[in-house]
Amino acid sequence: MLTILFYLSATVAIIATFMVITRYHAVHALLYLVVSFLAIAMIFFTIGAPFIAALEVIIYAGAIMTLFIFVIMMFSLGTSTINQEKIWLTPKTWLGPSILTFILLVQFILIIIEDGNQASTFEVIEPKDVGLSLFTKYLLGVELSGMLLLAGIVGAYHLGKRKKNVLHRYLKMGKNNG
Amino acid sequence: MDSISMETGFIIAGILFTLGLTGVMIRRNLIFVLMSIEIMLNAAGLAFVFAGSFWNQADGQVMFIFILAVAAAEVSVGLALIILIFQKFKTLDIDQLSKMKG
Repeated sequence: MLTILFYLSATVAIIATFMVITRYHAVHALLYLVVSFLAIAMIFFTIGAPFIAALEVIIYAGAIMTLFIFVIMMFSLGTSTINQEKIWLTPKTWLGPSILTFILLVQFILIIIEDGNQASTFEVIEPKDVGLSLFTKYLLGVELSGMLLLAGIVGAYHLGKRKKNVLHRYLKMGKNNG
Repeated sequence: MDSISMETGFIIAGILFTLGLTGVMIRRNLIFVLMSIEIMLNAAGLAFVFAGSFWNQADGQVMFIFILAVAAAEVSVGLALIILIFQKFKTLDIDQLSKMKG
């Protein structure tokens, strides 16, 4: 049963991701991206990682996609942008890169398959084990990623801040006179 | 069909990663490029979790949490930069932006 669900959600994830990179409208692409993330969360659940599945839904599909939606709404891209995307996405544009990346994918699959087929049934890894590993073995990593997030917050605040036009008293006077 | 082979999981992660890479190369809108980068990060995380589950280790999931943190930081700074670029140049076309040096 879980195996069928795994293959089903993997198919959904791949189709949704394909739709993301071919849509013209940004919001449509974003909704397909959410579907893709939900399907990947389902994959995580079937391979015995329920904690990661929850994180995928909460953080990826929830928080990060909400950020994207806010930014797209801020731009209020109209129909002209969609037409522009249509003009940009001609076969001449996508054929070359697609063939090249497809060759890379074929190579990757060949390398993996050459190792021989190993099958496994997955046991559920409890969130407790993840937490224990996270805060003992990888404590330094947790602290470093905390620093990274802090840098991200400071960077986003600094970039998003509207700069006030501050003029010196003397310059202001000069502007009024001139 | 009773169990999932390790190759299947890596191939799925590889397909998702390749789709993301294609997206980065073929799209010219900055928002789509950032979305494709998200897809690539997520595919890398999928490979990590898959390997961790295969060997019954929690390390793969720990790595996914780190990837999540990196993705969150990257998206927040990237979107702030995109807003700035849009305010300054009134366009998100990467070809036009590369012409506006200096």
